[in-house]
Amino acid sequence: MTLVKVYVNYKKSILNPEAQAIHSALNRLGYSNISDVKLGKYFEITVDDDSKDIDSEINEICDKLLANVNMESYRYEIVEGANA
Amino acid sequence: MKFAILSFPGSNCEMDLYYAIKDIIKEDAELVSYKKDSLDGFDAVLVPGGFSYGDYLRSGAIARFSPIIKPLQKFAESGKPVLGICNGFQILTEAGLLPGSLQKNVSAKFICEPEKLVVNNNKTMFSNGYDFEQKITLPIAHGDGNYYADVKTLRELEENNQIVFKYWNNPNGSVANIAGIINKKGNVLGMMPHPERAVEDILGSSDGKGIFYSIVKTIKDRGVIYE
Repeated sequence: MTLVKVYVNYKKSILNPEAQAIHSALNRLGYSNISDVKLGKYFEITVDDDSKDIDSEINEICDKLLANVNMESYRYEIVEGANA
Repeated sequence: MKFAILSFPGSNCEMDLYYAIKDIIKEDAELVSYKKDSLDGFDAVLVPGGFSYGDYLRSGAIARFSPIIKPLQKFAESGKPVLGICNGFQILTEAGLLPGSLQKNVSAKFICEPEKLVVNNNKTMFSNGYDFEQKITLPIAHGDGNYYADVKTLRELEENNQIVFKYWNNPNGSVANIAGIINKKGNVLGMMPHPERAVEDILGSSDGKGIFYSIVKTIKDRGVIYE
């Protein structure tokens, strides 16, 4: 099993009002040193070992479904031999 | 003429549309399950509002892979009218039938209010029953109605006169006050406001009727559209 961690977040030009609400909540809690918060999505995907080209498959999955590339960007990490 | 009204798990405006078409517009309508693989026999398709698949991942992102979407794309390519309302608009952008995306409202709040709109293009098959720059009032009910398109796409929309409805007082942060857009070919319209909830005075407005009458008139004037 190979574990793939996928991170999806909004592009810089896109507003993230939920993250802004969290940011201001943290400031209200007294964490005045926190200058920015981003809120995105995190996926853990387990892939069978017999998969040939994990990279192209993960890119395809992200482009098709996990991210809307119009507003979001993504990156991923492949964790070899992880006990997923 | 016969309208197909698509129904996804989590749609919640399909019956409003059904009654608007049947009882007010006096045309034939049929609910079509997301599992179906054909839209044969229909003259127009309505993609209703709601929260298909619970808005999981992104609004419209999962509905976009339903079996009915392939025939819907074919239907749209043939030039027949497709109208997506609210979640229906979100599904059409995810399915690549309309440019841009709908993101969270700037206020991060769900907004449910009547909104004043301006008819920015009355030369489409969805808006030819209105006057140019006519002001109409339709309800909105959405959390993700903030239309976004990059600068290049926005310029194209403006150059091709694809912005059909604009907000008078932008409630959600949409670029260029966009409330509804049409594809280049002029047969696929997506809009966040709900015309089907404004078809009788007792509902607070009957301004939404014009959209359905425009479709009916266009189809009847043209006869059967190309296939």
